[in-house]
Amino acid sequence: MGLAAAFFYLFAGVLIASAFMVIAARNPVHSVLWLILAFFNAAGLFLLLGAEFLAMILVVVYVGAVAVLFLFVVMMLDIDFAELRQGFLEYVPIGAVIGAIFLVELLLVVTTWIFSPEAAAQAQVPIPGDMSNVAAIGQVLYTKYILFFQLSGMVLLVAMIGAIVLTLRHKAGVKRQDISVQVARNPATAIEVRKVESGKGI
Amino acid sequence: MAEFWTDYGWPATVMVAQSVALLVGLLVLIAYLLLADRKVWAAVQLRRGPNVVGAFGLLQSFADLLKFVLKEPVVPASSNKGVFLLAPLVSCILALAAWAVVPIADGWVIADINVGILYIFAISSLGVYGIIMGGWASNSKYPFLGALRSAAQMVSYEVSIGFVIITVLLCVGSLNLSEIVNAQQTGLADKIGLPWLTFLNWFWLPLLPMFGIFFISALAETNRPPFDLPEAESELVAGFMVEYASTPYLLFMLGEYVAITTMCAMMTILFMGGWLPPLDIAPFNWVPGIFWFVFKVCLAFFMFAMVKAMVPRYRYDQLMRLGWKVFLPLSLAMVVIVAAVLQLTGWAA
Repeated sequence: MGLAAAFFYLFAGVLIASAFMVIAARNPVHSVLWLILAFFNAAGLFLLLGAEFLAMILVVVYVGAVAVLFLFVVMMLDIDFAELRQGFLEYVPIGAVIGAIFLVELLLVVTTWIFSPEAAAQAQVPIPGDMSNVAAIGQVLYTKYILFFQLSGMVLLVAMIGAIVLTLRHKAGVKRQDISVQVARNPATAIEVRKVESGKGI
Repeated sequence: MAEFWTDYGWPATVMVAQSVALLVGLLVLIAYLLLADRKVWAAVQLRRGPNVVGAFGLLQSFADLLKFVLKEPVVPASSNKGVFLLAPLVSCILALAAWAVVPIADGWVIADINVGILYIFAISSLGVYGIIMGGWASNSKYPFLGALRSAAQMVSYEVSIGFVIITVLLCVGSLNLSEIVNAQQTGLADKIGLPWLTFLNWFWLPLLPMFGIFFISALAETNRPPFDLPEAESELVAGFMVEYASTPYLLFMLGEYVAITTMCAMMTILFMGGWLPPLDIAPFNWVPGIFWFVFKVCLAFFMFAMVKAMVPRYRYDQLMRLGWKVFLPLSLAMVVIVAAVLQLTGWAA
């Protein structure tokens, strides 16, 4: 167990340090890069827990897609950080409230065994030894939790449609490419043959 | 102490030795694939290609390596120096890291993990960071435009690659790369009563449309022509690489070719039966699996090289249209169709 503990402290230490750097870095692009390092170390912690599927999905979804788009946006924004930090003190109370709520919730989750031993006993159902955790997740996700799975899918669909509706513009006078129309062109419809007399032009 | 050595020390030593052996083999293979790329390109254009260093130019890649390493690295004054130097390292190391799970023959794999294919997918989708970081840190117009193009392009084509992988996984029922290869030992050839035609067993035939989509998406994912818009030299000079010279440039170049080889290995494993021999008759099944694996990777790379030589570059909006309006619906539909066929016929394990 010594090696696993060493790796846990390595990942956890780097995770906390890079999470701190996300808010401490002066350059927003550096912040995002630190955030990516934090995601990586969280994936490492998942691996130590034996949840290799979650670790890989974390890397694929958050690092491979979400953080790329995030970086994309941050790189193109011209953020003046001095201006952004001016209102810092005004927002401290709201931030403190949100932080306190998170802290209480985390403490509740971690200390469930004190408040309700039954709930804690339920939470510790291990994955059967002969089953990979991809199969185990699939078996509960698509049977017991199918309703929640479908509902979260609907929420994402609504969000996607909303984003498309907000950004879709049909401007008049913009030339659009219609591939089928282009492919359907033939010499009869596209070319007009004219006899040009010398010295006159069309 | 002796216990620590047998528990951790010896396995770690073996793993490091295997990794170094794989790394050396891979880098030598890539040196010659690079030469092959240039030779194929030259042959299509009726040129000779590199033919001066060594017999037939066989040492050209090593000469290039020395040339790059011995030059002076130039770091632009207005660049973000840390990120600027980190970018090529990220690009190269991530590309090499993917090879940890690739089975090059039966049982010849450094980390035989349950989620091997997801690991490769995750690592290859991270390749974009080297490019974005390099483009941004250069603090210059062309690299930045190249980086933006690359980010959009790679995120788009990852989606269809993901769906192609899902169809293969549906047929196999496992995310382990060795099991994906082993699942291709039986199939169509057995059904038509000619079990020695083992190349008909592989997934390229039943999943032919997905094979095509995967090949084209792999071209786009690795920024190969005709999708090399991030470095389109006619518009962006050399894209995200403009400001790089010497060893950092070499690392970008190496990372790119390692990523291409990884994609070739993925095609080999997912669709071309990995280390399995193409015909199960005498001279073919004597040959060790490693030979067939390398042979198939080279074959896949030959297709990459021919596409580079023959196809003109896409326009950026055409590229996006192909990814989102053609490949995404097609591969999504195929996931549904393959799942339905497997369920209705009971072919799924």
